[in-house]
Amino acid sequence: MEEFDIIGQPLPKVDAVNKVTGATPFADDLSLPRMLYAKLLGCHHPHARLKAIDTTQATALPGVVAVITGADLPVKYGIIPSSQDETGLAGDKGRFVGDPIAAVAAVDEETAERALELIQVEYEALPAYLSIEEALDQKGEPIHDSGDQGNIHKLVSLEYGDPQAGFSQADYVRDDTFFYQGNTHLPIEQHAALAHYTADSRLTLWSSTQTPHYVHRLLSKALGIPMSRVRIIATPVGGGFGGKCDLFGHEIAAAKLAMITGRPVKITLTREEVFYTHRGRHPVLMWVKTGVRQDGSITAMHFKTFLDGGAHGSYGIASTYYTGALQTVTYKIPAYKFDGLRVFTNKPPCGPKRGHGTPQPRFALEVQLDKIAEALGLSPVDIRRRHLVEENSHTVNHLRITTCALDECLDKVVKASGFREKHRQLAYGRGIGLACGSYLSGAGLPIYWNDLPHTSVQIKLDRGGGVAVYCGQADIGQGSTSVLAYTVAEVLGVGLDHIQLTVADTDLTPIDLGSYSSRVTFMMGNAAIQAAEKLKALLLEAAADMLELPVGALAARGGRIFCVDDERRSVPFEQAVQRAEAQHGALVAMGSYTPPKLAGPFKGSGVGPSPAYSYSACAVEVNVDPQTGEIKVEKIWIAHDCGRAINPLLVEGQIEGGVYMGLGEALMEEQSFRRQQHKSPSMLDYKSPTTLETPEIETLIIERPDPGGPFGAKEAGQGPLLPVPPALANAVYDAVGVRIDEIPITPEKVLKALDLKRQGKAARVGPKGIPNVTFPKPVWVEPHSGAPKLEAE
Amino acid sequence: MKQLITLNVNNETIEVYTAIHKTLLEVLREDLQLTGTKHGCELGECGACTVLVDGEPVLSCLALPIELEGQAILTVEGLAVDGELHPLQQAFADNGAAQCGYCTPGILLTAKALLDHHPHPSRDEIRQALAGNLCRCTGYAKILDAIEAVRVP
Repeated sequence: MEEFDIIGQPLPKVDAVNKVTGATPFADDLSLPRMLYAKLLGCHHPHARLKAIDTTQATALPGVVAVITGADLPVKYGIIPSSQDETGLAGDKGRFVGDPIAAVAAVDEETAERALELIQVEYEALPAYLSIEEALDQKGEPIHDSGDQGNIHKLVSLEYGDPQAGFSQADYVRDDTFFYQGNTHLPIEQHAALAHYTADSRLTLWSSTQTPHYVHRLLSKALGIPMSRVRIIATPVGGGFGGKCDLFGHEIAAAKLAMITGRPVKITLTREEVFYTHRGRHPVLMWVKTGVRQDGSITAMHFKTFLDGGAHGSYGIASTYYTGALQTVTYKIPAYKFDGLRVFTNKPPCGPKRGHGTPQPRFALEVQLDKIAEALGLSPVDIRRRHLVEENSHTVNHLRITTCALDECLDKVVKASGFREKHRQLAYGRGIGLACGSYLSGAGLPIYWNDLPHTSVQIKLDRGGGVAVYCGQADIGQGSTSVLAYTVAEVLGVGLDHIQLTVADTDLTPIDLGSYSSRVTFMMGNAAIQAAEKLKALLLEAAADMLELPVGALAARGGRIFCVDDERRSVPFEQAVQRAEAQHGALVAMGSYTPPKLAGPFKGSGVGPSPAYSYSACAVEVNVDPQTGEIKVEKIWIAHDCGRAINPLLVEGQIEGGVYMGLGEALMEEQSFRRQQHKSPSMLDYKSPTTLETPEIETLIIERPDPGGPFGAKEAGQGPLLPVPPALANAVYDAVGVRIDEIPITPEKVLKALDLKRQGKAARVGPKGIPNVTFPKPVWVEPHSGAPKLEAE
Repeated sequence: MKQLITLNVNNETIEVYTAIHKTLLEVLREDLQLTGTKHGCELGECGACTVLVDGEPVLSCLALPIELEGQAILTVEGLAVDGELHPLQQAFADNGAAQCGYCTPGILLTAKALLDHHPHPSRDEIRQALAGNLCRCTGYAKILDAIEAVRVP
């Protein structure tokens, strides 16, 4: 008999039919009787004091029902408790072009838009800070009065072990600078929300959000009403990628307008507003110094990152730490230093995007390794393969490694791509590059500090054999609702047709922290198994009575409970349910998951720990036209260690989607600004890969079950993005011998580097240096006792 | 200015009294409650709002209903017939071609037009036909697989 009935099968998602028939109700598809439509007025200046806002004319326009400004929403909030710098609408000043400062509710969108034009705003322009350098060279009023100092939001410095000793023992030390441009999520669904405040003083918000629990907490705070009177329903998300993880001004404004008017209020952002709402990938300037021995083993690494944060804190403190956290989880590093700086700038706020803070340093690390391998005459395969972290070990910065199948990932990708036969051997213009990556299977700590479970699942069994499953998780297309159904059905031994799902509704479902940090399969899966196992125990006990057999002789599969030695002796699932209900009363069980305590004993240790890490290795083959600089990606091979594929079809989909998104970032996507204005706030101008630019992707799923994961599963949603940009950069170097130490790698940059090469100069395009910043004295941390040691020579 | 317009949507004749400047996308979603047709930009850039008009893909955000009287409009709601999924819908479900599912209606209709005109396209021809439909979830791989599963070999 197969080990599992459902786990490991390439099944269609449980909501697939709704999705292909257009029946899935996205937020903007909802409407309620007497519904009003809301629109936001965005600030016209990058940085300006709002001296006066006159809404008289707008309010008087026929069809306008209510107009609100920052004065109506004065409470500060922020996703991170130590970074409370947002309000629903800007009150004292606007901090970026497009910063919402007023909102109108009207009988239709056109009337609301006309009303926006009638709002008179008196601005007092303030000095605008539009780059890291300008933010640091603060000449006038800073953007916020919070943060570490002036425009510096966060400044961190951590030192693990003895990097000086490590560098002094190195045979080869090099430092490089890199830049990774910001880019945005570009979900095809624009953010939308519908708010309804009923006569019983209860507020319901349907919203396209990845994090209904965080929206619940923060909306309650921003509006000053108890959480017990607020209900958040996360509608199916039409693309998230991290972009729908904050509480947003449009959600607060719709809720406030619904409370004022007593009528339902819907708001849907325009595509241009989505670009300005952002919360996407931080632009990060990086400097990395690495020491290695002749064999390529790393003796020490010093990493500096400079993040251009945009106008708010958002997840930025976590983003900052993430730019320094996961360098250590792939290759052995016995000594490590990290300095990180995040500044506020007068641009749309950055936040988490797929990989959250880790694709940028991963790009730098993997490209630098390629350079080191060349300098030492090592193969890019060997310099990685020979120095992988050990399984069941710790890193120097106290991250616990459980399983790591990066060895197998590398071997499979190298073989499938023919890397060893192709690297440095293809004709001029053609090249292949290699890189690895790793990502969390869920953040080990919640966004706000507490000892509570990160997720819970409730299951209720019906006398007819129905299995009702409740969980607060939000499906953003990755298939997390399906994973919930698969795990419960597998444990209870019933078909998926028994399962009814209620998700992402704070009135009905127990809390799950949300679809971010690749946490849902791992954490919710464990909670679902726990809940299902509790009920299964009752069912086996009931069936044991009925069959007059010991519980240990029974198994539950295929919709019945049977004797493993004699399958003819069995009872149908629903009969066991009825018997158990007669014995115990209503059959309801809860399961919860709290990650083990993994944070190290130092400040800043909360970012990076995860119950398990996924691993990926990727090879990219390119054709670079030296005349035009154009890069054609011929093929991408990727092997991803996801522990176990709960559904290989969905795992492949996550891997392919991650590779595609990484390729878009690597080749073309840029959230860039011409002074304060977004250069490309439309889907035509913001280039993203179409079917024509997306190459064939050969996906290799590597399964080495992790003891902590549900059925051994680890994440697949974010990790596979990470190795793609550096593998592409390394492939371009292999093709035409130029280093583009900057993302995206555009034809212009390739041509510029080729030009430099022809002139006999360094064939490189990338940042020339880093800002002159004095980092604080680092917090020194004794390396974990299980970390790689700096061996004396 | 409002006007009574007679449309043929999914083989149903529907009279709708609506503002003449409203786009087909708006009339479908707001007046007819056919919310299966999606919007991603309302500027003709993403392909999410694609419907078929007399069998040809049309961006409904750029089309005016008043110009489409007498023409056959097909939306995603009209793809399944008598409760049977269209083979493309079944293939999209079976192949995991719809992740968030938001671009899916537009892509299904674009693919239907392709296969109706050209029953056995190569993978590259499918790529060409879909080049105007953006998807952020799938990397397009499973979408191409699903359409290949339906094409006549």
